[in-house]
Amino acid sequence: MSEQLQTTPSQTVGPFFSFGLVWPDGPFVVPEGTPGAFRIGGTVYDGAGVPVPDAVVETWQADPDGRFDHPDDPRGAVRWKDFRGFGRSATDPEGRYSLLTVKPGPLPVAGGAVEDSREAPHLNVSVFCRGMLVRLVTRIYFPDEEANAEDPVLTSIDPARRRTLIAEGEPPGYRFDIHLQGEHETVFFEL
Amino acid sequence: MPTYQPHTYRPDTPSHPPAAFPEYRSNVLRAPHRPFELLPQRLGEITGPLLGEGRVGPHDNDLTLGHDGEPQGQRIIVAGRVLDGDGRPVAGTLLEVWQANAAGRYRHDADRHPAPLDPNFTGVGRVITDAEGRYSFTTVQPGAYPWRNHDNAWRPAHIHFSLFGTAFTQRLITQMYFPGDPLFAQDPIFNSVRDPKAREAMVARFDLDTTVPEWALGYRWDIVLRGKNPTPLEEEDDDE
Repeated sequence: MSEQLQTTPSQTVGPFFSFGLVWPDGPFVVPEGTPGAFRIGGTVYDGAGVPVPDAVVETWQADPDGRFDHPDDPRGAVRWKDFRGFGRSATDPEGRYSLLTVKPGPLPVAGGAVEDSREAPHLNVSVFCRGMLVRLVTRIYFPDEEANAEDPVLTSIDPARRRTLIAEGEPPGYRFDIHLQGEHETVFFEL
Repeated sequence: MPTYQPHTYRPDTPSHPPAAFPEYRSNVLRAPHRPFELLPQRLGEITGPLLGEGRVGPHDNDLTLGHDGEPQGQRIIVAGRVLDGDGRPVAGTLLEVWQANAAGRYRHDADRHPAPLDPNFTGVGRVITDAEGRYSFTTVQPGAYPWRNHDNAWRPAHIHFSLFGTAFTQRLITQMYFPGDPLFAQDPIFNSVRDPKAREAMVARFDLDTTVPEWALGYRWDIVLRGKNPTPLEEEDDDE
């Protein structure tokens, strides 16, 4: 066993990241024109209800079959069309972010302890902004999924706060606002 | 029927700043008030984007290139390794870096510091680690700059780093500092890291072997991403 090293500490992304982190293709988890693609986005709010214009929202998700193009997926890495799985959108001056993606498939729950247990379709989300010294992690679930009722993460959350993790339908896409504080504070996770 | 037995990642919370750190004033309205919920590490957490060569252009590892002339300032080389918490190299991973110019000014519309922009410096770079986890880029020494956090507040010179590692759990955005900076003591961002050893790990060291004669000063900075928990399966796993 090798020596265990301490993780390099997190620091704030600061206010001036956009020229370093914004990619022209950042918001495109899938290219424009991909069958089933939709926009998902919303506004990031601070504790005064003011939009946060200097945040960056990143997503990571499975493909529509619930697979990852990654060697640590024990079912094998597969690539679904031009699916990147990763999205990045800096917020605009009104605090809005927006991504183009497809709905992920459900995921088998690791360990196999409960045979039929599945995680409902969701996006893992990282939020970085001026003022935060660490990444904030949350999840986006979809409103029209029966599987939400059985999802082991959603069902572990106080029902009163669970809805902060579920996007609203905003045809042809979805809306997911992020509240850093306040009455509607989004549920954030420790990994 | 495969069993989905993931190798999870060890907790590393003590290395990081707390979520709430009001000495950093803009933290006050942005740090969540409620405790974080525990997210078990499953497939979506132990995987992550593997972004590689396609994201890096030919001159992206040299921030002094790509303009009509050379930027002002002290030319430096920053080099090091990206390792996981067990000292294993993280190969083929993307690093994104950005920084102020030598005068302490960012190429950003919101930066109002009355220091000159440099027409020959943007301040953005990207590199991919090699098989041994090594990275290296050339730039100029960034300047310190004032901000309004407290009376006569100045940020120590720093370079921003963004890394993905190989898993969602390993995602890291941080800052590299320069040795002996007299501004450390008054900087709440640097001091938000409460563990002195972890704080020191954000400071690069000057390295004469990395220094190129007649050309550029060299600094070494290794970055450690979160390490894995041992799993019962690991001993049988030939890939490890």
